Amino acid sequence: MAAALICVISIALFLQFFVSYCRSVLAISGRVELSDRVREVSGISNRSVSADDFSRLVQLVRLCPEQGDDETEIRAVGTYYGLLRIIKYFSTFLIPGFGPWTERECSNCSHFAAVALDRRISYSRDLFTQQVADRT
Amino acid sequence: MLGPFDYAIWIVGFLVEIGVVVCVIYRSSLFRYLSLAIYMFCVALVSCGQFWCLERFGYASHQYFYCYYYTESLLTILLFWTIIQFYQQTFREMNVSGYIRGAAALLLLATALFSYIVVHENRNHLTTHFAVELGQNLHFVGVVLTYLLWGTILKLRETRTRLIQLVLALGVYFSATACAYALRNLFPSLLLRWVPPIIGLWLPVAWAYTFAKVSEDSRIGTARLVARAR
Repeated sequence: MAAALICVISIALFLQFFVSYCRSVLAISGRVELSDRVREVSGISNRSVSADDFSRLVQLVRLCPEQGDDETEIRAVGTYYGLLRIIKYFSTFLIPGFGPWTERECSNCSHFAAVALDRRISYSRDLFTQQVADRT
Repeated sequence: MLGPFDYAIWIVGFLVEIGVVVCVIYRSSLFRYLSLAIYMFCVALVSCGQFWCLERFGYASHQYFYCYYYTESLLTILLFWTIIQFYQQTFREMNVSGYIRGAAALLLLATALFSYIVVHENRNHLTTHFAVELGQNLHFVGVVLTYLLWGTILKLRETRTRLIQLVLALGVYFSATACAYALRNLFPSLLLRWVPPIIGLWLPVAWAYTFAKVSEDSRIGTARLVARAR
């Protein structure tokens, strides 16, 4: 009985801690303005980043050379995004009020992915510039 | 028999644990996060011991089982010291360090007394079930303490990003571990071989990320972190 109670409480608190942790990671990237370059590359020049852009942006991130220090946060936010999609799917039938919230959160995840892409593009350009400089 | 995944998890875990200690020292935060650094150093040492035990006696052996569960319980008690230091940092402007130290001493005494009573009651059968139950209870105390700390952070509108991320990562770790222990307790035949090491990786990875990426001066509004459907 006690173990079952601990299990249920732990799952509830785990979700709360995990959501807050991911929001703290997203909040840091939320302050960053996207550059024109990343908007052009990802095809979002004349609109804001939408919730559905996440997968495509992460695929673009994977195409860029790894910077080595952002993989963990991308995985954590990817897990959070997956969790949000599940909540969104079930909330359609169970709690419709959650719909706009999950949509907003998914948009924040997409913005985070766009910031990561921007960072990696800058890194690739720096690498390229360095290689050109080394050759000359 | 150890597979490549066992070796990979152990090597990554050990390196990240040492990485956290190096990060704390490199960021000149050793005195501010002394208990955290000591805890991570002890985790790295215990990882070596557990790995030696795993390789020598095997995953299914009693030696590895008791070595794993009892060292985890001792590390959890050590982690309470880190939580207490987080409490002190949260309340630092209210000058209540004395009360926190008093409460911490009481908590430690209560935990020691509770553990002694439980061990005394079970001294003739320190069985598998007891080891899992003790770990489950200690981790659940950790969940409750971290949740109270998180509630305090929200109430006092604490804005230090680093402290907030460290506490939230700790909350994720404690709740996931308590859940894994409870599941193990409920379903002893349930095979959770990869779950504890993966959860164990979370805390050093998340803390290393925080120390590497988030500066001590970084600030964040706690209102943005609480999920509210509107």
